[in-house]
Amino acid sequence: MSSHTATSQPTGGIHWRNRFGWLSVRLGLGILCFLWLLPTVGLFIASIRTEEATKTTGWWKALTPLSEFVPVRSHTDAEQLDDGRYVIRGSLAEDEGVQGSELGETFGIRSNLAETFTVGETIDLGEYISSRAGLTLTINEDYTYEISSNEPIELSRGQNIFIEVTTPPSFTTEHYRKIIVADADSDFGIGRAFLNTFTVTVPATIIPISIAAFAAYAFSWMNFPFRNFLFIVVVALLVVPLQMALIPISRIYNTVGLKDTYPGIWLAHTGFGLPLAIYLLRNYIGGLPREIMESANIDGATHFQIFVRLVLPLSVPALASFAIFQFLWVWNDLLVARVFLGILPENQVLTAQMRSLLGTRYEFLHLLPAAAFISIFVPLIVFFSLQRFFVRGLLAGSVKGG
Amino acid sequence: MLDLIIWLLEGILSPFVSVLEVIFDPLVVAMADSPALQAVFAILFGVGALVLYFWGTNAFIDWILGDQVSWIIQNRRKRERVRERIRPWFFVGPSLILLFIFLVFPALNTLDLSFRNETSTEFVDIGNYSWALQDPGFHESIRNNILWLLFVPFVSTTFGLVIAVLADRVRWESLAKSLIFMPMAISFVGASIIWQFIYDFNDTGEQIGLLNGILTALGGDPQGWLIIEPWNNFFLMIILVWIQTGFAMVLLSAALKGVPEETLEAARIDGAGEVAIFFRIMIPQIISTITVVMTTITITVLKIFDIVYATTGGQFGTDVLANLMDTKIFRETDFGRGSAIAVTLMLATIPFMVWNIIRFRREEKFR
Repeated sequence: MSSHTATSQPTGGIHWRNRFGWLSVRLGLGILCFLWLLPTVGLFIASIRTEEATKTTGWWKALTPLSEFVPVRSHTDAEQLDDGRYVIRGSLAEDEGVQGSELGETFGIRSNLAETFTVGETIDLGEYISSRAGLTLTINEDYTYEISSNEPIELSRGQNIFIEVTTPPSFTTEHYRKIIVADADSDFGIGRAFLNTFTVTVPATIIPISIAAFAAYAFSWMNFPFRNFLFIVVVALLVVPLQMALIPISRIYNTVGLKDTYPGIWLAHTGFGLPLAIYLLRNYIGGLPREIMESANIDGATHFQIFVRLVLPLSVPALASFAIFQFLWVWNDLLVARVFLGILPENQVLTAQMRSLLGTRYEFLHLLPAAAFISIFVPLIVFFSLQRFFVRGLLAGSVKGG
Repeated sequence: MLDLIIWLLEGILSPFVSVLEVIFDPLVVAMADSPALQAVFAILFGVGALVLYFWGTNAFIDWILGDQVSWIIQNRRKRERVRERIRPWFFVGPSLILLFIFLVFPALNTLDLSFRNETSTEFVDIGNYSWALQDPGFHESIRNNILWLLFVPFVSTTFGLVIAVLADRVRWESLAKSLIFMPMAISFVGASIIWQFIYDFNDTGEQIGLLNGILTALGGDPQGWLIIEPWNNFFLMIILVWIQTGFAMVLLSAALKGVPEETLEAARIDGAGEVAIFFRIMIPQIISTITVVMTTITITVLKIFDIVYATTGGQFGTDVLANLMDTKIFRETDFGRGSAIAVTLMLATIPFMVWNIIRFRREEKFR
C-alpha cells in the first residue's frame, strides 16, 4: 500500500514526506506491538528464572548476574604488629558462607546496608558503629580483611562484613516440573486442575453449539408461532449479566442435587453461552442461500435431514468460530466454576487454582508465572491455530449479518 | 408465582438428575482411580446424551406421525401439517428451556430477592435499595464503574483503530495483529498475574515490578500502583484495555478494508493529507462499526469482575458493582443487598439491550 502511494506522488518533496510517513508507521506499530507483547514476555522470563532470582530482582534483569550481600563474621583474636598496632586478620573468600561464589566489589558493615563501600577502601568503623570506636577496617583486593587499632582490641563478637556475592544468571524448568507433577495433596499442583478444566470445557463447548445450531436453524428456516418475538428475547438476553443468575441457580442446584457436579456446570455454561451462540449462528445460517433449502425441500428431505446433511457442513466456519469463543470463555472462567463446582480441592479448575496461588503472593511467587503460563498455553494454541475462524465469527456477529 | 416457577424448574431438572444418578454417577465412581478416564467418559456422556435427544425426538415424531402409524391422525395431509408444526419446538425447545432456567428465571428471582432481607425470609420493601443509596461502598463502586465505562471502551477503540490503520500499511500485518490480539486468549486471572510483574511494589530495595524498576532506575521513589487512590483504578483499567484492544482492532480493520480504494485515491489526488483522509473519510465510513465495538466493550466493562477480584479484591477504593455484589453474596451471605446490586447492574444494561434490539431489527430489514 505504501509503495502504491509513493508511486502516485511524483515530486521529490512529497516523496520525502512519504518516506518519513513510511518510517513512522513502522516505528509506531513496532512500538505498540512491543508494548503489547512485553507483559507476556515478562511472565515467560519470570517463569524460567530461579526462585531466588524471581523473588529478589526484576525479570528484565534476567541476564545480569544476581548480586546479594552475604554476612561474614570476622575473627575476634587480634595480634600485635611490630609497629605497635593491633590487627585482626582474615579472608572473606575463605568463609563458609561465600565459598565457591564470585565476590563482588561492594561491601557494607551494617545489616540494613545503609552505607556501602568499595573493596580496597579503609573505613573508620567508629564513625558508623559507636561500640567500635577507634577501629578501622580494610578490605583488600584479594578479599583479605584487616581490622586494626592502636589500642588492644577486645571484641565479644566478630564484626559483620556484608560482602557482595554475584551468581551468574541461570534458568530452570524446575517450576514447570513442580507445578505439573506435584503430588495431589500439595497446595500448588495444577495437574488435577488442568484435567478438571478440560472436563468442564469440552462438553461446555460442544453442548451449547449443538443446541444453538438446531435453534438457529429453526429461527431461520422453520415456521412456528412467536418466532420473531422469541428471537428478540434471545438478542435481549445477550446483555444480562450472568452474576445475577448465580444465587437462584445455586439454590435450585442444591435442592435437585446438581451442586458441585460436572453436568451442573455444563448446563450452566450452556445456558450462559446460548444467547451469543444462537445469535451468531442464526446470522450465519439465515444467510445461506434460499435456493439450496428450497431444492432440498422439493426433494422431500425433512428439516432434520436438511439440517444434518446440508446446513451443518455448510456452517462449519460459524460453528468453529463460536466454538473458539466459548472454549476461551469457559477455559478462562473463574466465577461460574467457583460457584457451581464449589471449593473442594479435587474440583478446582485452573483459574481457581491460580487465584489461590495468587492469594499467597510472595510465598509462591516463583511458581506463579509457570502456572500462569501453563494455563494460557492451551488457549493460545487453540487461538492461533483457529484464529481465522475466530475473526470470521466475530465479524459475522458484530458487523452485518452473515 | 415465583414458587411455582421454581417448583416447575425443579420438576424439569429432577428427572434429569435421577438419570444422572443411575447412569453417570456409578460409572464415575467406578473410575475413581483414573481422573483422566473420568474426564473422557464425562465428555462422551455429555455429548452422547445430546445426540440421542435430537436424533431420538426427530425419529420419534417421524415414526409416530409417519405413514406407518397412520391411525393416530387418519388424514395424511393433516398428519404432515401437525408433524411439521411440532418439529420446530424440538429444535428450539432445549435452547428455550435452558435460557429460561439460566437467564430469565434468575432475573425474576433476583428482582424478588432484592426486596427481601439477608436470608430472604422477610419482605423489606425497598430497604436494600435505600441502603445502597447511602452506602459509601456502593457509591465508590458506582463511581468506579463509571470511570471504567468512560475510559476502557474509548481507549481500547482508539488503540484498536490506530493499530488497524497502521497495520494496513505494512507487510507484517498479520503478525502485528496476532500479537495485539493474543491477550484476548488469556484469562483475567492469568492477566492479573502477568501484570503483577509490571505493577509490583516494594517499599525498599530491589523492585520486581517493571514500572517501579524503571522509576527507580531514573532516580524516582517506587510507587504502589495498585494502592494509590484513585489512580490505581486506571492501572487496573489498563489491563482490560490490553485485553480488549485486539477485539476492537479486528473488527475495525475489517471495516477499514471495506472502505473503497477509489474514494481514498480520489481524496489523495485532491491533495488531502493522510490525517485528513483518516478523520474525514475513514472514520465517517466506519462509524457504525465503531459504535458496535464501543457498545460491545461497554457491556463487557459493565460486568467487569475478574480483574478487580484477582488483583486488589476491591480494596483501596477499586471496588466495582460486580465485585461488590460478589462480596455481599459470597462473603457476607447477604442475599438481599447482593440482589439489589445485581438489579442495579441489570438496570444499567437495559439501554444497551434496547439498542441491541433496535440495531438487530434495522439489520433484519436489509436481509
